Amino acid sequence: MARPLNRISPFNVVSLALGLAFLYLPIVILVIYSFNASRLVTVWGGWSLRWYREFLHDRAMLDAAWMSLKVAAVSATSATLLGTLAAVALSRGERFKGRTLFSGMLYAPLVMPEVITGLSLLLLFVAVGAERGFWTVTIAHTTLTMCFVAVVVQSRLAPLDRSLEEAAMDLGCNPVQAFLRVTLPLIFPAIAAGWMLAFTLSLDDVVIASFTTGPGSATLPIRIYSEVRLGVKPEINAICTLVLALIAVVIIVASFASKLTSARGESAAPL
Amino acid sequence: MSARRIFARPARLAAIAPYLWMALFFLVPFGFVLKIGLSQTAVAQPPYLPVFDLTQGAAALKAAAAQLSLDNFRLLVSDNLYILSYLRSLIVAAVSTAILLGIGYPIAYGMARLPRHWQSIAMMLVIVPFWTSFLIRIYAWINILQHDGLLNKILLALHLVSAPVVWLSTDSAMYLGIVYSYLPFMILPLYATLARMDPALLEAASDLGASPRSTFWLVTFPLSLPGVGAGALLCFIPIVGEFVIPDLLAGSNAMMIGQTLWLEFFTNKDWPVASAAAVVLLVLLVAPLALYDRMQRRQLEGVS
Repeated sequence: MARPLNRISPFNVVSLALGLAFLYLPIVILVIYSFNASRLVTVWGGWSLRWYREFLHDRAMLDAAWMSLKVAAVSATSATLLGTLAAVALSRGERFKGRTLFSGMLYAPLVMPEVITGLSLLLLFVAVGAERGFWTVTIAHTTLTMCFVAVVVQSRLAPLDRSLEEAAMDLGCNPVQAFLRVTLPLIFPAIAAGWMLAFTLSLDDVVIASFTTGPGSATLPIRIYSEVRLGVKPEINAICTLVLALIAVVIIVASFASKLTSARGESAAPL
Repeated sequence: MSARRIFARPARLAAIAPYLWMALFFLVPFGFVLKIGLSQTAVAQPPYLPVFDLTQGAAALKAAAAQLSLDNFRLLVSDNLYILSYLRSLIVAAVSTAILLGIGYPIAYGMARLPRHWQSIAMMLVIVPFWTSFLIRIYAWINILQHDGLLNKILLALHLVSAPVVWLSTDSAMYLGIVYSYLPFMILPLYATLARMDPALLEAASDLGASPRSTFWLVTFPLSLPGVGAGALLCFIPIVGEFVIPDLLAGSNAMMIGQTLWLEFFTNKDWPVASAAAVVLLVLLVAPLALYDRMQRRQLEGVS
């Protein structure tokens, strides 16, 4: 059928191309300059791995990077467990008491300014006398990222045909078996994507981590942030590029996970 | 009993753990914010004894003996710094959201008109920056915008300017950073509504003699309004409390409430006032949040 108005116009192409260039150019420039041999960030002195070597000898930065990876791995895992449970409850539990409050609590942190979330969690930790450090940051990140996991998993769970679960139960599965054997494999790509999103969000966060961490347990973004405030340093370019590379790997794995299921005839989830 | 009903019960039980977690680590903390915002005695709680700001003097300490008080809130209203910060945050968020809409709409529109296969690729390309670090992307701009950065070099080489332009620590840099960081948040909901639209509606409009332009304004745009609303709120609310971007790109000029709150908390160590400021900010944001929630539910109902 002819769709005369649905054709793409030069205006569409130009706005798309400009938009994507705007999104990617700064990152590309950052990566290129991370291989700059010059001490001055803005003068090109030829290709070099100098700043990557510098980073590998920077004890404080390495400690912060390790701390960040630990926090991200633990919080992403617990956030994925909790977020998936929340998604199941919201899309399969139908009406239950306090459902509105529950979904409200799950959506609010997605848009809540981080300053408020961070401040409120810190006041809680102080009030109960919790020592701030690895665990407080991990709890804070779990709280924030489980909401993202819940949204991602729910977007996959909601359009899923329920007759599959019903068929499994007609064939003798109990609900838990039906979930584990039928539903879980089908939503697995979304769960994997949720974990990875949680991981990268945790790896990225400055504000909430600043509020909830204690002395001596700064995460990488906190360190980068305090360095950047003092001015641009070439070593930061290298660290940022390494973080970008790590995230790129995560995204590639995530898209593979969703390709796997589209090969099985499923449409890939958007996230 | 149908299989669907059997499934619903264990599914409801699945809510217990995340429910308790969110109640404990999301809801309860606000209680503490409110309590500390209202009280001054809590200030003396060890081991995090926040030093009372010297400008408040000993009188404030004596007054602190009286438990609950609205003093912190009164300070917020009487101190120009706070009023200006709130105003400034709302203005910056409104202006940024308007710019984001202006830039994001054509991009989302272009995406929605691509062939199916290209749509998912374009979608992926927009999502990737959303996954990459906020901080790193802002930092990338500092590289470009600094005094002898790439932007000034290009402008000088093209003889568009005769001397390097100061970009960093300006409002323009801040707006640029905000628009850059939040663009995916604006594009995605817009794209979602535009892509869902039935092309038959456009055909009908053109069959009935509408020009492409009037088809856009009479059919496409009104139908995309839920996406416009979702995108605007998704951007507006976090921008109001934004801290990192104004701090890095606009420096101390920014004076947004997120920064003031941070300063009050970490530099002045005045937790009660910071808490009170957070409560006010929260109240300012609850209205749009509730609106967003209602819209989301209406959208969900529209789908099913």
